[in-house]
Amino acid sequence: MEFTYHITAIDGLFILAMSLLLGFEVIKNVPAVLHTPLMSGSNAISGIILFGGLIQLMSTPPERIWVIVFASIAVLLGAMNISGGFFVTHRMLSMFQVNKKKVPAKK
Amino acid sequence: MEFLFLLATIGLILGLKFMGDPAKAVLGNAVAAISVVIALIGVTITSYSPENGAGTFNIVLVVCLLAAGGIIGRVLAVRVPMTGMPQLVAMLNGFGGLAAVVIALIEGIAHPIGDDMRMNGGLLLLSAVFGGVAFTGSLVAHSKLEGKKLPKAKRGHILAARILLWAMVVLFAAYMLAPGPIMPFTTLLILIAVLSLIYGALFTLPIGGADMPVLICFLVALHGIVALLAGLFFNDTVMLIGGVLVGATGSLLTIAMSKAMNRSLGSVLKGVIKRDTGGSEREQDIRPISAPETASLLAFSKQVAIIPGYGMAVSQAQGVCQEMQVMLERMGATVHYIIHPVAGRMPGHMNVLLAEANVDYDLIMAMEDVNDVMDRYDAVLVIGANDVVNPAAETDPNSSIHGMPIIRAYASKQVIVLKRGMATGYSGEMNLLFDRANCRLLFGDARSSLRTIIDELKRI
Repeated sequence: MEFTYHITAIDGLFILAMSLLLGFEVIKNVPAVLHTPLMSGSNAISGIILFGGLIQLMSTPPERIWVIVFASIAVLLGAMNISGGFFVTHRMLSMFQVNKKKVPAKK
Repeated sequence: MEFLFLLATIGLILGLKFMGDPAKAVLGNAVAAISVVIALIGVTITSYSPENGAGTFNIVLVVCLLAAGGIIGRVLAVRVPMTGMPQLVAMLNGFGGLAAVVIALIEGIAHPIGDDMRMNGGLLLLSAVFGGVAFTGSLVAHSKLEGKKLPKAKRGHILAARILLWAMVVLFAAYMLAPGPIMPFTTLLILIAVLSLIYGALFTLPIGGADMPVLICFLVALHGIVALLAGLFFNDTVMLIGGVLVGATGSLLTIAMSKAMNRSLGSVLKGVIKRDTGGSEREQDIRPISAPETASLLAFSKQVAIIPGYGMAVSQAQGVCQEMQVMLERMGATVHYIIHPVAGRMPGHMNVLLAEANVDYDLIMAMEDVNDVMDRYDAVLVIGANDVVNPAAETDPNSSIHGMPIIRAYASKQVIVLKRGMATGYSGEMNLLFDRANCRLLFGDARSSLRTIIDELKRI
């Protein structure tokens, strides 16, 4: 398998450490209203697991049917996870948004 | 192409950052979604390898699958009613978990991993385990949220789950220490995937409805960890960072939720509830109230607070509730909503429901902000909430919920609890609130009770 960029094990660990710190920093102090959208949004992001399936699909000859079939299932599920997650988050967030616009109008 | 990945990574981080800010949350979600799509296109292009025999067929297939998945996801997201939100999130999380298991299995079987590639093998094993647990765990959570009857968890289930967990740990450790001698990698991978699928179901089974917010967050966090592991395995930075971000979000929310219930994460996950209600079982002195009486009481109140709980979601009372609020406001009262952090079946569940019913954001109070001034409310309506207003949490050291922060409804001038029957809350604890002199109970379905109150208010 070929990649346009390579990371060594130690690079990986560096990125891991940095992004762990970053991850906690980015999302601490989130107000309770946003807990649900944040959760469903991050659930959508976790659908990027399907990249693994994409890599498999794009580097397997069509003759290896079982790999193609199963990788397809994985990609389909992952795509559903991503799109469902983002759309549902958007729907929730736009409900909050409508309310915020209403408040100044009332005052 | 590397530039695209960099862009996507930055987009993911910024997107999630914005999502933590009420004013920028919509933008944040869009940024995160676009970043994922960019990375998706990038991965598809860079991993296309004709030298391995891939051709037009593969490209067409991938495009079709992505489009199909995207459309199905969208339909699911648009169709689901807002009350069904926790179920949908659980289901989507399950999809992702299954995808992870399948990917790990394919990788392990199609590209044999030599015994010298122990690190890679370990990554695959771990992502199969976490993916498997996330999959079946989410499915069980989904069924529980749907209210489907599941077999009751017995002591045996918990014991079996613990044995399975240790079996997986031992198998994994044995592989990492000395791969090979016990069984070939492929067999081990399949075995461990199967074990994790069973374990996921067993471990979720005893977890009760009120602990769902914690469980869902935990499963999302698990799924994030899977993406992280896969990122390491596939040398893919976007996947790695995305996984870390999700893992961090999930864990932080998990911790926040268990704190709000004053329970350790461990006890939630074990499904353990202290049942020693020592001595507090006794007859309760209950004063019922009728809907018309409630209406006249509300009509004379200047400050009204509404405390919603899961029961409101069940009877779909949020719309009627908002109608009543508007009506009371027109009669000159101030109406607030007070939300407990773990009310409902998902973190922030009540906020979503109230937002759906067009309740103004400004009217929603956090528990910490009003608890010390509860006496200013002339009337407090508790709609479908139970444990979160039970004073036993403060007064009865033997209570299983002792120490959990509660909304001090009892401190207000008059409490009216809308209840379907005398059933206890999830904790099984008797609600000492009902004994208080200032508490009366309005029996019946929340939505029809509220409807009657509105009709009565119209007459006044």
